Amino acid sequence: MYKILLRQDLVPNIHLFKVEAPAVAEKAQPGQFVVIRIDERGERIPLTIADWDEKEGSVSIVFMEVGTTTRRLTLLKAGDYIANLVGPLGLPSHTEKFGTVVCAGGCYGIASIMPIARAMRQAGNKVISVIEARSKYLLFWEDELRRVSDQLIVTTGDGSYGAKGWVTEQLKEIIDAGDKVDLVVAVGCTYMMKLCAEMTRPLGIKTIVHLNPIMVDGTGMCGCCRVEVGGKTKFACVDGPEFDGHQVDWELLLARQTAYLDDEIRSLSEWECQVGIEG
Amino acid sequence: MAKLNLNRVEMPRQDPKLRGRNFNEVALGYSLDQAKEEASRCIQCPKRNCVDGCPVNVDIPDFIKALRDGDMPEAVRILKSTNALPGICGRVCPQETQCESTCSLAKKGAPIAIGRLERFVADWERANMPKASSPSPKPAPSGKKVAVVGSGPAGLTAAADLAKLGHGVTIFEALHVAGGVLMYGIPEFRLPKVIVQAEVDYVASLGVKIELDSVVGKLVTIDELLSNGYHAVFLGTGAGLPMFMNIPGENLNGIYSANEFLTRVNLMKAYRFPEYDTPVKIGKRVAVIGGGNVAMDSARCALRLGAKIVYIVYRRSEAEMPARREEAENAQEEGIQFKLLTNPKQFLGNEQNWVVGMECYEMELGEPDESGRPRPVVKPGSEFVIDVDEVVVALGTTPNPLIASTTPGLETTKRGTVVADEATGKTKKDKVWAGGDIVTGAATVISAMGAGKAAAADIDKFLRG
Repeated sequence: MYKILLRQDLVPNIHLFKVEAPAVAEKAQPGQFVVIRIDERGERIPLTIADWDEKEGSVSIVFMEVGTTTRRLTLLKAGDYIANLVGPLGLPSHTEKFGTVVCAGGCYGIASIMPIARAMRQAGNKVISVIEARSKYLLFWEDELRRVSDQLIVTTGDGSYGAKGWVTEQLKEIIDAGDKVDLVVAVGCTYMMKLCAEMTRPLGIKTIVHLNPIMVDGTGMCGCCRVEVGGKTKFACVDGPEFDGHQVDWELLLARQTAYLDDEIRSLSEWECQVGIEG
Repeated sequence: MAKLNLNRVEMPRQDPKLRGRNFNEVALGYSLDQAKEEASRCIQCPKRNCVDGCPVNVDIPDFIKALRDGDMPEAVRILKSTNALPGICGRVCPQETQCESTCSLAKKGAPIAIGRLERFVADWERANMPKASSPSPKPAPSGKKVAVVGSGPAGLTAAADLAKLGHGVTIFEALHVAGGVLMYGIPEFRLPKVIVQAEVDYVASLGVKIELDSVVGKLVTIDELLSNGYHAVFLGTGAGLPMFMNIPGENLNGIYSANEFLTRVNLMKAYRFPEYDTPVKIGKRVAVIGGGNVAMDSARCALRLGAKIVYIVYRRSEAEMPARREEAENAQEEGIQFKLLTNPKQFLGNEQNWVVGMECYEMELGEPDESGRPRPVVKPGSEFVIDVDEVVVALGTTPNPLIASTTPGLETTKRGTVVADEATGKTKKDKVWAGGDIVTGAATVISAMGAGKAAAADIDKFLRG
């Protein structure tokens, strides 16, 4: 059992849990993830390690409410326990001195990109972070990102805060302004990562993405997380989650992510009936 | 000498029509009378060939004698003195090629049903002997610590033996329950999970610590274990990496590795979705590719989930099928259709990326290949399409490279298996032993247990040396 030390509601539908897991905290590196299971009946879901504290023996996970598991998670509070947390899984982000690195985060990916931006800066890069949300009230961790970046650009879909628009537009502005961008790292929903990769492809700017297919064990055992990169099948859990965005078969990834949509809707509606939440 | 009794007592099984729709155990086990009757057929021959036929050398005639005489606690004691997992072995061991094949009555076509008797004794213990009543004498602590990686049959056996010898044993398991393939792979209807957990509990009761959620190679490396107080390491991580065919369309939705399909169904209990949160696709027309036990398990799971038609698609003929005969027969009885001498060429999908068909070749058997079996050869121009909405690829597994890639000095083969001495399990790396599928590639539960046992004996020798 793993104790929730702290819960923060970052925005209405994105939450942070700091979970006691000293051994994982000792080994965690940027870009890695954990697989969690709430209880005996729960499914195993992967969540990026948003931060970790070796001294405190904790890892922080950030999740967005989408399906039954993440909705059930939101019923937990500090002091509660989750049944399982295993990690750190996946290969760490490759960090070295590239020059200027743009770290783009959207949605829950705002949390995931933070430790990558931090590590990129520690490796001697000039880090320009760009974070996006649909609206101001869905934005979080602005200060955390600013702290680990040379420059932070915030953009909202409705223009309620920062620039109006999306990460890709800001990315284009950075490039058009004449800054030589050596690397783009994008973490967020699949569309956002795909659009970033498509934007940089004609410019030949290497773009790293963090894929988020469905997983079960997270250790290479099942092959549920198969993705195609450069025409080859890879397991995102052990070969990734970091891949070259220009090589990813995005249509396949998007299609595979919807494999259980009907089941997810059924599961969620039955759960809502059980707990008496009005659907 | 009394006349030989050649009437093997049959074990009752669930009716094929009923069992194809439920996940309850297929084989129902002997009653006490049936068990005694079968036990009384044993002629207690002095040569004890059956013991040699058992990879862990269970004292078969002795436990059968105790059972025949009605001394059940003694039968339990004898069985468990060599085999920590009798309820599991009694169910999933291929006795027909091991102990039963060397039974003196095998020549007469009616070997003693050793597996069924083993199962009976194990089940009797679980039902009749409360845990406290079978205390094992606590061995004197050796002061040595051993890390066992993986809690499948090899790891559990090595851990039990090492604990019985007084060593401090910790098992590191990557998943959220112990048991490895016994939990995620073999289905409930063949091996009920309460039985696996009861035998895991028995191993824990010997003083073995089990650390779940612990991926060795990620959370901690072998070298870190060795420098953090462990005097020896046993690797029993199995063969967990699924093989695919690498043909077009294999990443369509609805195509599973057998590992994923069985993990969802068995470990995550997707057959009870949405009561359990993990879903699995319920196919109407399912093709399972492969001819081994895992293929049979997958096909029978698909049927139980509600499939209308389930095919086993195998590229050779029935004679070459690696599955236990009993399992292939069970599958056929339940209505699984065998498409033999058939091999997929590619998978066909619809616009939503779901599999809708499988284009196959007809095959014919050619000259024997390096495995000794006739090589399957494509019949040119024989392509045909099978309509399917779900496919399970059950072509075997290879060891997960995670440990090898994080353990300098551990020698591996081209197939990814760890090089270890056949008799002792000793690897090329100091203080590290290995056994089971990680060494042999995918094989049987009992051979893994045999390897765990041999390695435990050698580790003990090393620790006392």
